[in-house]
Amino acid sequence: MAPMLEVKNLRVSFPTHRGRVEVVKGISFDVGRERLGIVGESGSGKSMTGRAILKLIRKPGLVTADRMSFDGIDILSQNEKQMRSIRGARISMVMQDPKFSLNPVMTVGQQIAEALVTHEKLGRREVNERILAMLDAVRINDPKRVAGLYPHEVSGGMGQRVMIAMMLIPEPELLIADEPTSALDVSVQAQVLDIIDDLVTRKGMGLILISHDLNLVSRYCDRILVMNSGTVVEECAAGQLDKASHPYTRGLLAAMPTMNENRDELPVLDRTQWAGT
Amino acid sequence: MSLEPQTTISPASISPTKRRWGRGISAILGFAATVFLTFLGLLAITFFIGRVIPIDPVLAVVGDRASKAVYEAARASMGLDQPLYIQFVQYVGNVLSGNFGMSVSTGRPVIDDISRFFPATLEMATIGIIIGVIIGVPLGVLAASRQGSWVDQIIRVVGLLGYSMPAFWLGLVGLALFYAKLRWVGGPGRLDVFYDGLVSPVTGLILVDSLIAGEYEIFWNAVSHLILPASVLGFFSLAYIARMTRSFMLDQLNQEFVTTARVKGVPERIVIWRHAFNPIRVPLITVIGLSYAGLLEGSVMIETVFSWPGIGNYLTTGLLNADMNAVLGSTLVIGAVFIFINKISDVLYRVLDPRAR
Repeated sequence: MAPMLEVKNLRVSFPTHRGRVEVVKGISFDVGRERLGIVGESGSGKSMTGRAILKLIRKPGLVTADRMSFDGIDILSQNEKQMRSIRGARISMVMQDPKFSLNPVMTVGQQIAEALVTHEKLGRREVNERILAMLDAVRINDPKRVAGLYPHEVSGGMGQRVMIAMMLIPEPELLIADEPTSALDVSVQAQVLDIIDDLVTRKGMGLILISHDLNLVSRYCDRILVMNSGTVVEECAAGQLDKASHPYTRGLLAAMPTMNENRDELPVLDRTQWAGT
Repeated sequence: MSLEPQTTISPASISPTKRRWGRGISAILGFAATVFLTFLGLLAITFFIGRVIPIDPVLAVVGDRASKAVYEAARASMGLDQPLYIQFVQYVGNVLSGNFGMSVSTGRPVIDDISRFFPATLEMATIGIIIGVIIGVPLGVLAASRQGSWVDQIIRVVGLLGYSMPAFWLGLVGLALFYAKLRWVGGPGRLDVFYDGLVSPVTGLILVDSLIAGEYEIFWNAVSHLILPASVLGFFSLAYIARMTRSFMLDQLNQEFVTTARVKGVPERIVIWRHAFNPIRVPLITVIGLSYAGLLEGSVMIETVFSWPGIGNYLTTGLLNADMNAVLGSTLVIGAVFIFINKISDVLYRVLDPRAR
């Protein structure tokens, strides 16, 4: 069976005054109904990869690929209108920081409703019911009250759960979570990820979890891509991470402290080993 | 909001919670108190200006050849021998009862003059700002949503012209072209001479008064006189409003929540109007309010070119004739307009931005 999302030789570049700069340099991967983690440091191109899948790279950014198809649809040849019927409805994305990614002058309920009615024509009553059910599914107590709140009136963790509700309500088949917890307190990170994990598993969706946190990704994903300066340097099953071979991955793993150890100094990445930037 | 192109998506239970009524009364009282205090401050400043300006109001009345006794008598009758705070109380009392004193240059009470001149400016400025908003805001939005395209470039050039072109020049060229050459519009003044004084002033706004009187011919004549100066004013506020709208919009379009809306598959038209435009309504109101207040202050240039009997003209004439009562009276009116417009924008802020409630 063909994978749900197939990406071959994806390149994203932006023009600068010194010519085009490639931020994603020809990466390839497949995603089925599974949980794929993309790990990398800032500027490694992982977020750009997520946005390129939804064709959300704005001009003058340029996206090329030998092949980028979702469920047999060639994404690169879709026009804007066709892409709109894919965005949200079939592939959705949880954004990083609820403080900036929720519209400040619309209520939480209005924003979730918008995600739903953009793709399905439903009666007002049904929309309301679906919203309340969805808020309940992301473990928000008193969904009726929360639906009437504005984003500045909810906490970060609650905002991110609202974001998840908004992105999952049209029941997409693939969810891209772009650093969904990096703006949150550590105490709520696990809670939010558990909700994502739970819903994705229950609905049999595919998940691309983008993060800089190797530990977290290996806990929530089946398979891991490690990215560094626009290329995939390592691809392995989450359980096999300790057998990773690329020096970058090894370096990252070595730099991670563990509970029962006695190192005086954690090692620093030695980038010369793989001619990294 | 009428600007939203799609049917509203605010079912009863998810719309903003109504919880403002309890605070309603105290909010209105607080509002009235701030308006009153601001106005009192304005009065104090105009009073102070009237006292420090090196023009002797007594001298302006009795002339420089009056004897000492006459001078003192006039001074006493004007209340200027009283202590300053009593003068101020009297001044406030006078102003509140509508007594701004007599104008030296027109020989009429200042309040009468202002009630004749101010509506002329009000009429022109209001039409001007309506033109500015109706054209300027959509142009700014359009320019921002097509940033870098030729549409954007043209709109930016128009904005630049509005910044750099002298108002009197544009007015003169407009008159030469549309009045003298093409005869599309009426000439200087508010009405053709033979219509003058035919409608009795109710509001002082000829457009309104002529409609009340049912004189449609006069109404259209007034429109033909008003349209050119109002368009010139409108062009200048349009240029400013379009520029500001464009930069506010560019700022919003780079926000994460706009990307969120696109991720949801929301059509671009709604992304622009609902997600990017709605949050900028608040700063836009400030911009529009300030440019409206600026127009109400009276554009002396435009009023002179179009022989428009407005407050700007009145104020300038008053200044040139050392007519302090006229100047202070006009200043007070203009100040009151600023306060009023500011307060209205404050109220609109709270209506439009949930964060300000």
